[in-house]
Amino acid sequence: MEMKPLTRVVLGLVCLLVAIWLVAPTLVVVPMSFNENKSLAFPPQGFSWQWYQNFVTNPDWSNSFLNSLKVASIVAVLATVLGTLAAFGLDRMKARPANLLRMLMLTPMVVPGVVLAIGIYAVYLDTRLVGTLLGFVLAHTILALPFVLIAVSANLEVFDRRLETAAASLGANALTTFRTVTLPLIAPGLLSGLLFAFATSFDEIVVSLFITNPYLKTLPVQIFASITRDADPTVAAVGTILLFATTILIGSGMLLLGRERKGRQ
Amino acid sequence: MLALPALVLLLAVIGYPLLTIILRSLSEPEWGLQNYIWFFSMPINLTVLQRTFVISTWVTLVCVVSAYPYAYLMTAVGPRVRLVLMLCVLIPFWVSGVVRTLSWVILLQDSGVINSILRSLGLGGVRLIRTQTGVVIGMAQVLLPFMILPLYSVMKGIDLRLMRAAQSLGARPSRAFFTIYLPLSLPGVYAGAIIVFILALGFYITPALLGGPRSTMLSTLVQTQVLSLLQWGRGGAMGVVLLVTTFVLLALAAPVMRSRYREAERR
Repeated sequence: MEMKPLTRVVLGLVCLLVAIWLVAPTLVVVPMSFNENKSLAFPPQGFSWQWYQNFVTNPDWSNSFLNSLKVASIVAVLATVLGTLAAFGLDRMKARPANLLRMLMLTPMVVPGVVLAIGIYAVYLDTRLVGTLLGFVLAHTILALPFVLIAVSANLEVFDRRLETAAASLGANALTTFRTVTLPLIAPGLLSGLLFAFATSFDEIVVSLFITNPYLKTLPVQIFASITRDADPTVAAVGTILLFATTILIGSGMLLLGRERKGRQ
Repeated sequence: MLALPALVLLLAVIGYPLLTIILRSLSEPEWGLQNYIWFFSMPINLTVLQRTFVISTWVTLVCVVSAYPYAYLMTAVGPRVRLVLMLCVLIPFWVSGVVRTLSWVILLQDSGVINSILRSLGLGGVRLIRTQTGVVIGMAQVLLPFMILPLYSVMKGIDLRLMRAAQSLGARPSRAFFTIYLPLSLPGVYAGAIIVFILALGFYITPALLGGPRSTMLSTLVQTQVLSLLQWGRGGAMGVVLLVTTFVLLALAAPVMRSRYREAERR
């Protein structure tokens, strides 16, 4: 669309500001993580690695990190299996009940976090699941399920079912057909579902805050507790690590995706 | 029935807990509507309810206004710049929400980045943390990707030749924008705005860390009733009010969005 030069400059400036607003605030954790003093006041003083050291050696931090890794890994696998099965099931059902069930399965995305959290907390108190691995895994899996369902369903929509029929007509049994035809074709959806599920669990805070106890804490719970309790720069160190890990993962993922697309053209 | 395991888990971990909360709101300490009557007769509760709506509206407005030019620019630039713009949206989207709220605490606090810059310029400090402004700034930044992504996906599909046609027929750029581009992009605005508004209504972490007593939102009130006061009935009633509001909004928005999307697709 033709634009006046002035409009173009203003548009560019506004977008630059929005981009800065999106990215820059998070970067502030980087300088704070090297603070010499135990304070989150700006500007940070001196330079030290002690908060990174603290993250590794202090069991409060390292254990919560390991807990998060453990929970998120189990959730990623469980949610991907259940979500993929559900996506297949819905794909093979009549449109009306399938749509109804799909909407039902997406509800965890829109139910306000705190409402769900007090509900799960109430049930967990009765069933002694508060502060247990099983409790965390169940709650996080149900929150991650919609993302897997969306990712795999999107893949199934463009999947040509006749390919399976063809494989079967050539003598492949159901398992071989699934392994050699269906699975490779839905792999991208499966993989992004797996990643989304892992990230959802690793990041989950609201429900976790309610179902946690001193024996089992996940990383976001520890971060939240640390922010509300004292000005410990270890949170900034953790934030920096998470920020860089995420950036590398997303950046390389997008580059790979771009290259693959270019290769196909 | 391959969907069965997921469905069973859904009923056990979502359905049953929500049912429990609804029952408790009606039965504790005794059966009746007492908790709802209490909720709607206490001025403080109504103030918080109203404030929750006001803050969510502000957050949605800020998101629409800042996402619109951004999403438009994403459709207008080359692939390389688009990748950079996309990364700027996706990286914060993927970085842990707690970490992003922590950054806002560091930025907005009285000894924070914004106030130290203001002071070094010789200007007085401003109070940002524990104010509604601070909460809106932080929440809007966390929710902005939910506005940009649907907006971009709709704008991507708009045929820009329509604009050129309008201009070749003598319309000024601003007129072409308001009569052609804006209406065509509205489905994206609706979709993004409804998602942002609904998510904002239930926000808990950001208001809890950035807000103060004068910016308490409904979620914090629910948490206080249940965890600090052990008032499951009252907390539950508040939760049900929040839940019902969310679903009523979704139900109101669904038909509008569906028909708008269909129109957009047909074009």
